[in-house]
Amino acid sequence: MNLLANLRRPDGLLGYSILYLIFLYVPVLFLPLFSFNDSIYITFPLSGFTTQWYEKMIESEVLLNALGNSVKVAACVSVISTILGTLAARAFTRYRFAGRKPMLGLLVLPLVVPGIILGIALLIMMNWAGIELSLVTIGAAHVLIATPFATFVMISRLEGFDANLEEASRDLGESGWTTFWRVTFPLAYPGIVASLLLTFTESFDEFILAFFLAGNEATLPLYIWSQLRFPKTLPVVLALGACILLASFIVITFAEWVRRRGVKPVESDS
Amino acid sequence: MTSAAQSAARANPILRLGKSVQGALFRYAGLRGYILFSPTLLVLVGAMCIPVGMLVIYSFWTQKYIEIDTTLTLANYLQIFNKTSYMLLIGKSILISTAVTTATVVLAYPIAYFIAFRVHQHKIVWLILITVPFWTSYLLRVFSWKVILGYNGVINSALKWLGIVDQPLAFLLHNPTAVIITLAHAWAPIAILPIFVSLEKIDRSLLEAATDLGDGPVARFLRVTLPLSIPGVVAASMLVFIPTVGDYITPQLVGGPDGLMVGNLMHAMFFKANNWPLGSALAILSAAAITVTSLAIWFLTKHARERAK
Repeated sequence: MNLLANLRRPDGLLGYSILYLIFLYVPVLFLPLFSFNDSIYITFPLSGFTTQWYEKMIESEVLLNALGNSVKVAACVSVISTILGTLAARAFTRYRFAGRKPMLGLLVLPLVVPGIILGIALLIMMNWAGIELSLVTIGAAHVLIATPFATFVMISRLEGFDANLEEASRDLGESGWTTFWRVTFPLAYPGIVASLLLTFTESFDEFILAFFLAGNEATLPLYIWSQLRFPKTLPVVLALGACILLASFIVITFAEWVRRRGVKPVESDS
Repeated sequence: MTSAAQSAARANPILRLGKSVQGALFRYAGLRGYILFSPTLLVLVGAMCIPVGMLVIYSFWTQKYIEIDTTLTLANYLQIFNKTSYMLLIGKSILISTAVTTATVVLAYPIAYFIAFRVHQHKIVWLILITVPFWTSYLLRVFSWKVILGYNGVINSALKWLGIVDQPLAFLLHNPTAVIITLAHAWAPIAILPIFVSLEKIDRSLLEAATDLGDGPVARFLRVTLPLSIPGVVAASMLVFIPTVGDYITPQLVGGPDGLMVGNLMHAMFFKANNWPLGSALAILSAAAITVTSLAIWFLTKHARERAK
């Protein structure tokens, strides 16, 4: 404890960290700020308060349609990738098998390979296989990048999980099925909730892969991209962006809170 | 198992049978691992390995007007090698990403250090605060910089309004610096986490030992903390460097003609120019350039670490 007291000396690090958070958050806050500005130009000084951009936003049928598409795709992606990720995480944390390390390496690849390369490669394959581009092809691409995330979220949840608990349950006469429902599932549950929410958001916000794999139907990020060229509709995009940011922020804060609560830190302070 | 029990196991056929059943169960457990992982593996193979394999094959084909000639040839690669502008674009993308990576990691290190060593009670709050922006829309995070740096954007209009400048500063947007700032902001959260994890793992007694042996805070940091956190720094660098090389949204939104990167060229090959094989070859060459640079960074840090020991 002496050492920790030693490290607690006041210095510039706290100030730096606060500045860093400002750098992280403030640029994004201009979107909501100007979404309430009564002018189609994004300039200071602000000319007045209005909610007309939000009204225009909910009147736009194209936008609502894109929103519906995004929700559909993201819901399917989050369920599929969380199921796959949970199974894979169970395999990695519970069983030792040959090729475990290379498999983990393979799993990291979709997260680091530049999105444009994955997008191009998938486009080529869909084209070759004669699969028509649609929301389904976007969803398939999103499953590819969401599954590794789901797996890592679940691994961090299941890692500290004591296999003895399951064994104890068996020894006390529970069947495999009741052991799963009464021991395994309650322990994994927060991870599953977090994974569903995080992969939903990831798919909902994903643009690069969707851009290459979209058919006639657009998702919300594709709609935003198509609107960026027109200065007249920019405030509506700002209003939409503000809503997306707020929703993402709430969902993710909740997901991260659920996920990290109860998971012990890598090392205790002792 | 004691040696007495082992020899008993060798002698007793029933115990031996028990051993081999145990062994089979062990293998069976491994098999269960494979079964659980197989759906994910199927996705990885079907949606990544096979498509990337086809990308490689495509890069050896050629576009003949609207047809694709499936004779294997190096023509696309030769065309890229002979076109200086393409090679320069790949080089420039690597340079821009290197700058982004350096900026991101250098800026991220102090805050990762802060959370690992100085924060004791509300670590989770800090961790959530830095991870949340990472999950929010990339497109919107990039777009917000267009709003800030634009000709009539936040900075320029604020400067004009305050009477500091008469004319908007045109040099803010549409150049490589704008690309670097935007990317450094967009990828900042991802750099903090690996550095934080490697700092958090450092055995605190090592630091105590360094202090007891007479190292001041600076010497202790340079001789103990920094070398031990290098794996996290390397991981953070890779996580930022590799994806940013191929980015095409940021250059298109804030880069202007000078700030274009190889991602924009690939993108053009697949849409406007409609030359998929050439676009594929560009993707392969970019991936190769990324791999070579990453390996170079890895070897350099490994070398530096060994010398530090």
